[in-house]
Amino acid sequence: MTSSIGNVASVAARAGGTVVRQVRSVIDPSAARPAGAGQPASGWLAVTVFREPSDIDAAALPTPLAEFGDRIEVRVHPAPGGKGTELSARLRDRPSSGPAASRLSGSDPQADLRSALRRAKQLIEVGEVLVVDPAPHGKRTASPGGVLLEAWTRVAPKAGVR
Amino acid sequence: MKAVTWRGVDEIGVEDVSEPTILNDHDIILEVGLTATCGSDLHLMGGYIPAMRAGDVLGHEFMGTVAEVGRGVAKHQVGDRVVVVSFTSCGQCWYCKQELYSLCDNGNPNPGITEALWGQAIGGCYGYSHALGGWAGSHAPYIRVPYADQGAFAIPDGVSDVRALFASDAAPTGWTGAHQAGVQAGDVVAVWGAGGVGQMAARAAMLMGAERVVVIDRYDNRLEQVRTHVGAETLDYEEVDVPAELREMTGGRGPDVCIEAVGMEAHSPGPQYLYDQVKQQMRLQTDRPTAVREAIYACRKGGTVFTLGVFAGLVDKFPLGAVMNKALTLRGAQQHGHRYIPEILDRMSRDEVRTEHLATHVMSLDDGPKGYRMFKDKEDGCVRAVFRPGA
Repeated sequence: MTSSIGNVASVAARAGGTVVRQVRSVIDPSAARPAGAGQPASGWLAVTVFREPSDIDAAALPTPLAEFGDRIEVRVHPAPGGKGTELSARLRDRPSSGPAASRLSGSDPQADLRSALRRAKQLIEVGEVLVVDPAPHGKRTASPGGVLLEAWTRVAPKAGVR
Repeated sequence: MKAVTWRGVDEIGVEDVSEPTILNDHDIILEVGLTATCGSDLHLMGGYIPAMRAGDVLGHEFMGTVAEVGRGVAKHQVGDRVVVVSFTSCGQCWYCKQELYSLCDNGNPNPGITEALWGQAIGGCYGYSHALGGWAGSHAPYIRVPYADQGAFAIPDGVSDVRALFASDAAPTGWTGAHQAGVQAGDVVAVWGAGGVGQMAARAAMLMGAERVVVIDRYDNRLEQVRTHVGAETLDYEEVDVPAELREMTGGRGPDVCIEAVGMEAHSPGPQYLYDQVKQQMRLQTDRPTAVREAIYACRKGGTVFTLGVFAGLVDKFPLGAVMNKALTLRGAQQHGHRYIPEILDRMSRDEVRTEHLATHVMSLDDGPKGYRMFKDKEDGCVRAVFRPGA
């Protein structure tokens, strides 16, 4: 890379968040839809757990799912091809999916359920839920890109930004 | 403690950060002995993977000594000398059980980012942005290693720290490319890129029985390393027409396997490079696929092209017609190192894999910014800048 081109690259790269949005909208056109984007119409959310169906008792679910109590319904099916067990859950009372801004605020019950499914899968497969924070880091200098990434990271363990 | 951090685009810092602690039962805390820069770090440094926050600790290729173990760790004890694979993988999910460790369902605590980008999340990687988990990197005196029974490997006596260091990422990434591309005895294999990963992909292909292995680059010192330390042939793409040379070397067929070990910031002579630069800077493509295009063009009919260099998003002018009409197999992967590291360490102990030459510049953490500058600009023949936190 020549130095002049490199300088242009450095400036342009600061607009990185735009790239992510562009990439996502091109790869997944549903991402541009205002409501229901990334959510199945049925409301069922699913993870595949690498365990036999007999190892997963729908009446004695891991804590993250058990905490939902009667607010969710759960189904358990064998996954084809020896891939384990499909563990699905959906909210009995499902709010309409809000705009991206509300999802980014972390107040999306669907996202909470997705997070619970993921944590339940980890508890069954590994025995613990992996955590990353607090991770060592240096000074967090404020920047627009940093704010966006921080918001994204906050919801990423839940349901991404879908 | 002191750490080398990403401060912004093309800005590397050295600053004080807190020491890591055990957060999960399967963690260890590692006292870092050596930690290397990697070509893929340059994509972070340049802002091409826009998921870094100021203050993030860099580094994903490292070895060291176990300083503390979580209560769920069975394989390691304090004082063990280990090398750690750069990907965080649980070892228990379906993907890990298929030995596709970089695709681990559980190793990335921030799955939503890559899920949104790519449809599904892959595993995590140390020091490689919040898209791959937000894990603190290894350019520090200490690092937390989750899933340590899966990701940390005891280094055999007689294998030096510097040699073992590259069993963390460069060598297993090369092994992933050669093995997943299906290199077989008698194959002719071409590898684009003579950096650490390209060199190790070439070495892996040779050890897997390839009849002839050719590495392509433009830096004389790297090509010399390939000839001297890897034992493969070389082509300088600024001196020759690479596809023409490869055709001549293969009786007109083209290589059976083409491994691209360059990634999203590929360089090439001619107008194609300028075109890709302009498209990338205008955000009309995120990655420059120059070497991938050439690999597809050069590959023999029915052959395999493997993208081992890091790509993040979209590319332009992708020769899908050649892929389809030549019946190519196109594959790619991050490294499934857990699968290959035991074999690599064994081969290192028998001198079949030598990597010391990659560490052209060893320095202290205080020299982090200098090391990255030298590595990026290839100053003084820098192939890899390596940091020794204890120095």
